[in-house]
Amino acid sequence: MLSRRDFLQVAAAATVLTGASGSFARAAARQTITQRDLLRFDALGQVTLLHFGDIHAHLMPLDYREPSINIGVGPDAGLPPHLTGEHVLRAFKIAPGSPEAYAFTCADFSSLARSYGRLGGLDRIATLVKAIRAERPGKTLLLDSGDTWQGTYTSLQERGADMVRAMNALGVDAMTAHWDFTYGTDRVKELVGKLEFPFLCGNVQDTTWGNWAFDGTKIFERGGLRVAVIGQAFPYTPIANPAWLIPEWTFGIHERHVQDQADKARASGADLVVLLSHDGFDVDRKLAARVTGVDVILTGHTHDAIPQAVAVGKTLLIASGSHGKFLSRLDLEVRERHVVDYRFRLIPVFSDAVEPDPAMQALIAEIRRPYQAELDRVLGRTDTMLYRRGNFNGTFDDLICDALLAERDAEIALSPGFRWGPTLLAGQEIRLEDLYAQTAITYPAAYRQTMTGAALKAAMEDIADNLFNPDPYYQQGGDMVRVGGLSYAIDVSKPMGQRISEMTLLRNGQPIDPSKSYMVAGWASVKQGTQGPPIFDVVRSYVERQKIVKIPPRQLVRVTGADPRGIAACG
Amino acid sequence: MSNDPRVLPAMTRRDLVLAAGGGVLATLVAGLFPLPASADPNDVKKWLSTVASGTPTPGKITIGAPDIAENGNVVPITLSVDSPMTEQSYVKSIAIAADGNPLPGVAIVDLSPANGKAEVQFRMRLAKTQTVTAVALMNDNSLWSAAKTIKVTIGGCGG
Repeated sequence: MLSRRDFLQVAAAATVLTGASGSFARAAARQTITQRDLLRFDALGQVTLLHFGDIHAHLMPLDYREPSINIGVGPDAGLPPHLTGEHVLRAFKIAPGSPEAYAFTCADFSSLARSYGRLGGLDRIATLVKAIRAERPGKTLLLDSGDTWQGTYTSLQERGADMVRAMNALGVDAMTAHWDFTYGTDRVKELVGKLEFPFLCGNVQDTTWGNWAFDGTKIFERGGLRVAVIGQAFPYTPIANPAWLIPEWTFGIHERHVQDQADKARASGADLVVLLSHDGFDVDRKLAARVTGVDVILTGHTHDAIPQAVAVGKTLLIASGSHGKFLSRLDLEVRERHVVDYRFRLIPVFSDAVEPDPAMQALIAEIRRPYQAELDRVLGRTDTMLYRRGNFNGTFDDLICDALLAERDAEIALSPGFRWGPTLLAGQEIRLEDLYAQTAITYPAAYRQTMTGAALKAAMEDIADNLFNPDPYYQQGGDMVRVGGLSYAIDVSKPMGQRISEMTLLRNGQPIDPSKSYMVAGWASVKQGTQGPPIFDVVRSYVERQKIVKIPPRQLVRVTGADPRGIAACG
Repeated sequence: MSNDPRVLPAMTRRDLVLAAGGGVLATLVAGLFPLPASADPNDVKKWLSTVASGTPTPGKITIGAPDIAENGNVVPITLSVDSPMTEQSYVKSIAIAADGNPLPGVAIVDLSPANGKAEVQFRMRLAKTQTVTAVALMNDNSLWSAAKTIKVTIGGCGG
């Protein structure tokens, strides 16, 4: 049997063999994966749900390395999406080195990326959507789980208007939201006014009276069925992101209200009830077991690309990945208001295989034209792969932390554990667009402050509990905060307050002293009035000075107590 | 369990305010004297035992509260007790305690059949992540309890 190490050597050899003719490899990929293959689907039943989410404003194809560390805790340990790399390949019987291995996992990512090219691009998605709608006229619903308006240079400049135009053009039928709220109350209201489809957030109330602030449910007629779509925004938006930007609104999981909406939809004749959610996969897995009458949950937030539907009781959970890498297709056969059969495919959008839709391509070009010179501005080059996604520091986070330490003259850097942000391959230029794809937020101030060792530990324990609390309803945020200038150990199986140990200041190799003060730089504070230059300016000036960036993976965090299936050695 | 502040749709905040004027007697327990850093589960037990003697049985009370507070200074809490609230069977009072605030006792709410419904809604300050315990004293002198951990986090890192 081929061991992982052997495989890496074989893969390396193959890379060498094709290295001089990389374009041949790409050409081969284009011929082996065709648009027709990607669309191949044995249609079933009366309704087709098309789903994506967490596109983070990406209009263009990109590389996005799926996580190598995504640890499941409590009841979720070892279950998808808490499988990474080879564990995904094994669980879903995916051949190493195949297009699916490249799309769904981080296994041998850097070499496979060169073979198979980028994924996504809204013009490619538009082509697939149009083809499926033509195949299933009057039977198709296109649903977006949110995190649509934020994440790129253009979306930040346009304050989300670019994405509203693009999604109207794509013909989305409904969306819910999370980061979209970070443009603030007034802008959200303006953008919702421009949408040509409903903005469903059934779990958002006004803070004064507790009235539901948005439409929660919309009933569509498709394929002779009444399909109820209930929207569920990210329940912890005012905690994970600044509450001061959206003081009028309060969020929450509101299980009972989800049940009420499902019951009301059934009572008004719905044959199929769909929850369009930004809860995160583990929250939805728990929710699915505690509410009845929801047939399908289209999940979002945690960016998981799960190649099969996950059944919880009678509810099917779909996880469609992020950044426009995938389009999910779920065909459903409904008899007497019950799903009796389904067929699912998570379609990887191989950008070289799919013909761009001309109208969407033109719209994207029009959106980008005023900013093209800035988008293409080259700040430097990277000699090593830069990525973010994973429970702990990615190399792009290391770069941001290095910039904070140097530019803000700090001993320790903290960088948020966002799940968004594409990957740059070794040898690629770092353009302004690439930098903003990691940093484009509406509260970008890079602060500089002293913190005691005790306060630092308390903050890290708090954030770790938001990720590793065994009850998913207590998981609030993104991945673990990224650190620079600091190493530590974490036992993810321990309760809050006991997970973090061995905190060490890298500058002198000394243990962090609880009573001593340290100069800490960071960004994305949710506090109003945070002072400091915007993070994109800080990293930009650092990269421009460095010119060539070289960040091999660092071993800053020693992880114990983790389910091993959530940790993979990846390329 | 529900986080929905409108658990009983008939009871709006306005009704509650009116109800408070018309019969609910709430006692705010925390006073203005030197405070320890925080109470602990034993302090909660001790305080509850001064309010009602006996061992409560888990059940009958629902604590409607967020799993994670959006703002620890004003955490919305809805307590409802499964009771017909008739002369024959009603909730006499509900005591609320928290083990992470400087003092364990938060409030004692006295009710009568005139309230019609055993539900109270209020905002509570939580200094840090902690467990909120509620004990209901019924007119037959039985005691019922419920507890819920509410997380108060520094936030950020939003996915």
